[in-house]
Amino acid sequence: MSTVWHRKDLLSLRELSADELNQVLVTAKVFKEILGRPIKKVPSLQGRTVVNLFVEPSTRTKISFELAAVRLSADVVSLDKDSSSLRKGETLSDTAKNLEALQAGIIVIRHRSAGAAHFLSSRLKASVINAGDGAHEHPTQGLLDTFTILERLGKLEGVRVLIVGDIIHSRVARSNLWALTKLGAKVTLVGPPTLLPREFEELGVRVSYNLDEELGQADVINLLRIQHERMVQARLPSVGEYAGLFGLNLERFQRCKPGVLLMHPGPVHRGVEIASELADGAQSLILDQVTNGLAVRMAVLYLVSGGRGLGEP
Amino acid sequence: MSEILLQGGRILDPGSKRDAPGDLLIRDGKIAGGKPSKDAVVVKVDGLVVTPGLIDPHVHLREPGQSAKETIATGTAAAVAGGFTSVIAMPNTVPVADGPSTIAWMRQRAKETGVANVFPTGAISVGQKGEALAPIGALRQAGVVGITDDGHCIQSAELMRRALEYARMFDLPVLDHCEDRTLSAGGVMNEGKWSRILGLPGWPGIAEEVIVARNALLAELTGARVVCQHLSSAGSVRILRESRARGVRIDGEASPHHLCLTEELVEGYDTDFKMNPPLRTAADVKAIREAVKDGTLRFLATDHAPHCSYEKEVEFDEAPFGIVGLETALGVYLTELVHQDRVPLGEVVAKMTHIPSDYFGLGRGLLKEGSPADVTVIDPERKWTVKKAEFRSKSRNTPFEGRELKGRAVFTIVGGEIRHDLDGRASKK
Repeated sequence: MSTVWHRKDLLSLRELSADELNQVLVTAKVFKEILGRPIKKVPSLQGRTVVNLFVEPSTRTKISFELAAVRLSADVVSLDKDSSSLRKGETLSDTAKNLEALQAGIIVIRHRSAGAAHFLSSRLKASVINAGDGAHEHPTQGLLDTFTILERLGKLEGVRVLIVGDIIHSRVARSNLWALTKLGAKVTLVGPPTLLPREFEELGVRVSYNLDEELGQADVINLLRIQHERMVQARLPSVGEYAGLFGLNLERFQRCKPGVLLMHPGPVHRGVEIASELADGAQSLILDQVTNGLAVRMAVLYLVSGGRGLGEP
Repeated sequence: MSEILLQGGRILDPGSKRDAPGDLLIRDGKIAGGKPSKDAVVVKVDGLVVTPGLIDPHVHLREPGQSAKETIATGTAAAVAGGFTSVIAMPNTVPVADGPSTIAWMRQRAKETGVANVFPTGAISVGQKGEALAPIGALRQAGVVGITDDGHCIQSAELMRRALEYARMFDLPVLDHCEDRTLSAGGVMNEGKWSRILGLPGWPGIAEEVIVARNALLAELTGARVVCQHLSSAGSVRILRESRARGVRIDGEASPHHLCLTEELVEGYDTDFKMNPPLRTAADVKAIREAVKDGTLRFLATDHAPHCSYEKEVEFDEAPFGIVGLETALGVYLTELVHQDRVPLGEVVAKMTHIPSDYFGLGRGLLKEGSPADVTVIDPERKWTVKKAEFRSKSRNTPFEGRELKGRAVFTIVGGEIRHDLDGRASKK
């Protein structure tokens, strides 16, 4: 496949074309195949340095990026806020300049502030990969969710996806909606108005405040975590009331299409966003998402460091 | 005796209803009549417009306490470079200007180091904390031209009511930065489509409108004079228009950026587009421009808010609010209002001269014989490009970098002293 990817950074999915998104997905497919082999390591990034700068805490994304870089034979350094000078009040700008002075080739950043990845990319020659910036985007999560749907259904065109939950604070929702709509899926966002303002309709998706009305048409239901720590502005009466109105329980599951696919970016609050039985059930893709995350992150690391297109569309 | 003769310009003095070709003579710091002496400095201003010195009713000079951002010396140097001969200074200095000694210090400092007239305001509440009234009577005696907790809107409706009642006793203007903090809480850009895309917390127009409505009701109740500062939303000017039609003594400011910039400029997370209130939508911009044209908004104000580069070079949500404006404001007003919207030049000049002077009692804004010789010479057709590296302000935080503007102040006189001479006219023979 010829290379349509010419970016040094991955900052958001909003700025990617359908061709660029497809290139990541087909490249990820190749890496997924490699991950199925007995020897899972390839030399693509040998001699390169990947810095995981996780200013906001994360477990699965950080481990996933570390492992992806290791599988590509890169040298990997990870630092978080507590182990870096950011703790001592060093600015992000100065931290970035120091990393550049150490000749880090790729910087993976997770940060509480929207735009932090843009901030770094405009100041550094190094490649910058956004691993989640505030409520803005989480591009590799959007890509891995899209990859997972494509893998199961063999297509994205016309696929009906519900994204349910705390949309306003969710970078996962934003990255998902851009990738899915650019590739032809039909996205409906569902949640209470306090977590899902009407303006999201201007982003090319439907907005619904009634999960029960949407269940019957959905091919995929992606349930987002209700982030207790961000419910600072009295946006919900209680988590229990949320679960009653928007939780995917067994009764609601009965009214879904047979074969509906269930996703969750984790960490899951069992019994809140999704019934425990469903999270572990046959329709759940939750662990496939984690596995695919590794392949997708390998693809992204590979492409931003100048790798040629792999695989067939 | 020192004399300057501005020769051959168009004298535009809206407060005196004068708009005609002519010469303007300045003698010993005053506008003068009669003939110039042979020693007069003759400055040729053919093809240019001679106006009363411009007045900016809303600037942050940062002194005392934050002189890394700006000082009275650099802030007033920026003012005269932008054509402003007088500025009204906000009290959010360190310490807050909430007592007569700080005001006295600022006035003394301005006398010693300033190149434009500085009219201080005092705080409404002690420490701008919104809890207890500042010594408003003493502030007035110390010479403030208004009171404001700018940047820290008074949240308590009761305290605002008492401040208005008290200020009414002196007919002292009360200036309010209109922001209901329960509604704007944590917001760093306009709430709307673009805050949704960018994942930044929204500061909705309604947070401004609620306070404008409150202020209108309290102004009506108390009879006090209120200025709603740097209005940004269509709803705010609608409320203002309705209240003014009923005779309520409420006014509003329009700022250069809210006249022509919109929320999508935040797309690149550039903190030079972060100010409070934030940039809003095209519909809001249109409403603000309409309100300037129909007289609902009588004041044009920069909200000049300098910040150091290192303070602005941080994550968007961490950056301080505010942009500089003194050196670009006139160019923006002329470009947007006069050239684009065909507002008569005299109307724009009126809003920048005798209207604020009369309102705040500054005793300026006219070119009458005997008036203080504060004069601005404007080239309304002059095309130029904003280059922040050339600013005389200490700070560079402008959203207008690289923008092509039409119209500029080329010559500024404050109290008979030449303070800005862009083309070196005073030394030309």
